Amino acid sequence: GCLRQQTWKIHFILLFSRQGKLRLQKWYTTLPDKEKKKIIREIVQIILSRNQKTSSFVDWKDLKLVYKRYASLYFCCAIEDQDNELLTLEVVHRYVELLDRYFGNVCELDIIFNFEKAYFILDEFIIGGEVQETSKRSAVKAIEDSDMLQETVEEYMNKPAF
Amino acid sequence: QMAPSVFCLLIRTIRTARTQAEEREMIQKECAAIRSSFREEDNTYRCRNVAKLLYMHMLGYPAHFGQLECLKLIASQKFTDKRIGYLGAMLLLDERQDVHLLMTNCIKNDLNHSTQYVQGLALCTLGCMGSSEMCRDLAGEVEKLLKTSNSYLRKKAALCAVHVIRKVPELMEMFLPATKNLLNEKNHGVLHTSVVLLTEMCERSPDMLAHFRKLVPQLVRILKNLIMSGYSPEHDVSGISDPFLQVRILRLLRILGRNDDDSSEAMNDILAQVATNTETSKNVGNAILYETVLTIMDIKSESGLRVLAINILGRFLLNNDKNIRYVALTSLLKTVQTDHNAVQRHRSTIVDCLKDLDVSIKRRAMELSFALVNGNNVRGMMKELLYFLDSCEPEFKADCASGIFLAAEKYAPSKRWHIDTIMRVLTTAGSYVRDDAVPNLIQLITNSVEMHAYTVQRLYKAILGDYSQQPLVQVASWCIGEYGDLLVSGQCEEEEPIQVTEDEVLDILESVLISNMSASVTRGYALTAIMKLSTRFTCTVNRIKKVVSIYGSSIDVELQQRAVEYNALFKKYDHMRPALLERMPVMEKATTNGPTEIVQTNGETEPAVLETKPPPSGLSCRSAAFLFSTGIPSITAYNKNGLKIDFTFERSNTNPSVTVITIQASNSTELDMTDFVFQAAVPKVEPWRAAYSDRLRASCKYFLISELVMAAYSDRLRASCKYFLISAFM
Repeated sequence: GCLRQQTWKIHFILLFSRQGKLRLQKWYTTLPDKEKKKIIREIVQIILSRNQKTSSFVDWKDLKLVYKRYASLYFCCAIEDQDNELLTLEVVHRYVELLDRYFGNVCELDIIFNFEKAYFILDEFIIGGEVQETSKRSAVKAIEDSDMLQETVEEYMNKPAF
Repeated sequence: QMAPSVFCLLIRTIRTARTQAEEREMIQKECAAIRSSFREEDNTYRCRNVAKLLYMHMLGYPAHFGQLECLKLIASQKFTDKRIGYLGAMLLLDERQDVHLLMTNCIKNDLNHSTQYVQGLALCTLGCMGSSEMCRDLAGEVEKLLKTSNSYLRKKAALCAVHVIRKVPELMEMFLPATKNLLNEKNHGVLHTSVVLLTEMCERSPDMLAHFRKLVPQLVRILKNLIMSGYSPEHDVSGISDPFLQVRILRLLRILGRNDDDSSEAMNDILAQVATNTETSKNVGNAILYETVLTIMDIKSESGLRVLAINILGRFLLNNDKNIRYVALTSLLKTVQTDHNAVQRHRSTIVDCLKDLDVSIKRRAMELSFALVNGNNVRGMMKELLYFLDSCEPEFKADCASGIFLAAEKYAPSKRWHIDTIMRVLTTAGSYVRDDAVPNLIQLITNSVEMHAYTVQRLYKAILGDYSQQPLVQVASWCIGEYGDLLVSGQCEEEEPIQVTEDEVLDILESVLISNMSASVTRGYALTAIMKLSTRFTCTVNRIKKVVSIYGSSIDVELQQRAVEYNALFKKYDHMRPALLERMPVMEKATTNGPTEIVQTNGETEPAVLETKPPPSGLSCRSAAFLFSTGIPSITAYNKNGLKIDFTFERSNTNPSVTVITIQASNSTELDMTDFVFQAAVPKVEPWRAAYSDRLRASCKYFLISELVMAAYSDRLRASCKYFLISAFM
């Protein structure tokens, strides 16, 4: 028979402002769009109503929300109930560090105007809800190298698509 | 590089919208432009437009019309296109749409691309959102890449494999060969993802688990190197080298060491080393310690190591950081059964957490506190928990009250203390007490014979001022009905007896009846209590008769029915009234946890499995005896259309505990009667609870009883339905 199955992956990651505006959403499970919207609304409301004196963890359905505020942005990770919450805080912190390293003193506006980069950086750090790279340097270097691969405007215009 | 100024311009423009309506208008305009651009199949602007679309999607607007465009971008030669295309696919597509399958071929090509960053995009996308079909189609490619020497790709392939296994578990076997020397890697990314992959495989298959146990020494070595190694800027977090990898290794060790003595022994030293040498000043160190504790508790560790682990948790409880306290409580809750004594040592710290401001911490502290109550500490613990009940948020009150009742029942040092505790809960959180607590409490009170006078006095005083908390009022009404005579005769020994007259007692019960705060059930309790007092009080029987007759026309059907039956008791069955309303006997419960199982023994001749002890001597015997000594008069149960059914009742001569009910059915018509059916209906209530159901006692509904069934049921019936009134009706 099969052993008790324990997945420890991250289920989703949300970034939102203090006014509840979504800045990034990464889902590592399949859900209908409507359901995602509902979840986001619910979670944003829960977290924005937490006060300073509470812990960074919220029991939510059969998951746990780990959240932390950095300046004007809330970073929220949904993990399995059995996962290591303290480590998840480190995961969140690492992501912030990567953003900071790439953008140089990152702020919310960077994430708004360069949201695709925020996703690229996340995708170099986490795949399928699991951490893929633990070196700060390597993750950021991969993005920078990829940026170099992007065509210049001229190259882009002149290169055939297919 | 993608003409960023144009893209930024869009975002800037949208952000200038002052209202939701203004924003919607801008978006609609932009979407229209994008749609026509898509229709024109413009390769140059597709990327930019999809990017715009993704931004608008994040704001909450529909973007499904861009799905196919993402696929076109993925298929493009331009890296810029692919990057946005794959991002778009991950945001807009998922396996529930058939169109996602069109990606499969592109991904397959890109997995074999000459540029590793393109391969990376494909691996990432597959590993995040690949459907089962895609996984099946592309598993071979992933397996190939799992064996590459390119660490950038290898680490991604490992997580991709994890995803494939999660989607299509049968494919797990094919990745086994590639795992052969994964742990020989120096690259931390590959090491980390390899450990994740191995963990996934071990969790899913006992065979894999057994196979990978041999890796324990290697894992221990890697972990040791991480701890002993000097400063590595690349992987350092506050002086700790690659905490992510450390934690994942600890987790894999947990899985491998579980239920295996040899493996557990092999990792004993390293666990002790991590447990004692990890820096605790920052969250990162505590994250590792936490994982270490979980591992120690789950494998077959020696007792010294286990104590070490619990002590770490104990220290966590004292940490200023509430996150640390939170995980400590969660873990202690998991270990409190297996390492009870060790956790007991931290009891006072746990109790302090009841005062924490964080709701999650409070809840865990409460659960843990209940788990730690025992015969030695019950007085102190109950004091804290009662105080908690007083001051906690409403969401806790029901659970806390139930927990206190349970703990009190198990460990009460004295009956007086027990009653006092119940009183305290009822008066503090009376409206949050669960419905099923009421019969439990009634039974408890009934069985504390020497406390009857004290209990009824306290309950009377409690509802005098405030009769709004239903469970309290129900219990109080019931007690007053039972022990009202003790109340008015001032027999209390435990405290100063109060002076109260029969009329005063009836006043409060009538107030409960009249009050619009009283639930229907509560009113039933009050009315029955009043009725019972008719045999316990001497001066106020007429008053009681009057009340009962008034409610005979109550609009509340339940109340009306009871009142009608009680009226009948005064009139036609007055000779039965004293015995019928007699004190309830002490009742044994079959189990101590909650109501016993209802066992349907219809047709069986053996009584059910429930342990029904013979009624103790004294009260109950007298009551039981009554019913069968004076005999029940025979009844004509049915007389219509020529069919007449008579019931007669007789004590069996051979077995006095058996009552024989005989039905005589006669046909006075000239024709034969066919399809004559007997049905026995027995009220379906838990035996001990049924004894306290006054409803049942006062009016057992209408039933036709066959001889056989009655014989089978007699013991059960006696234990479960003390008194019953058989109504002559069909």
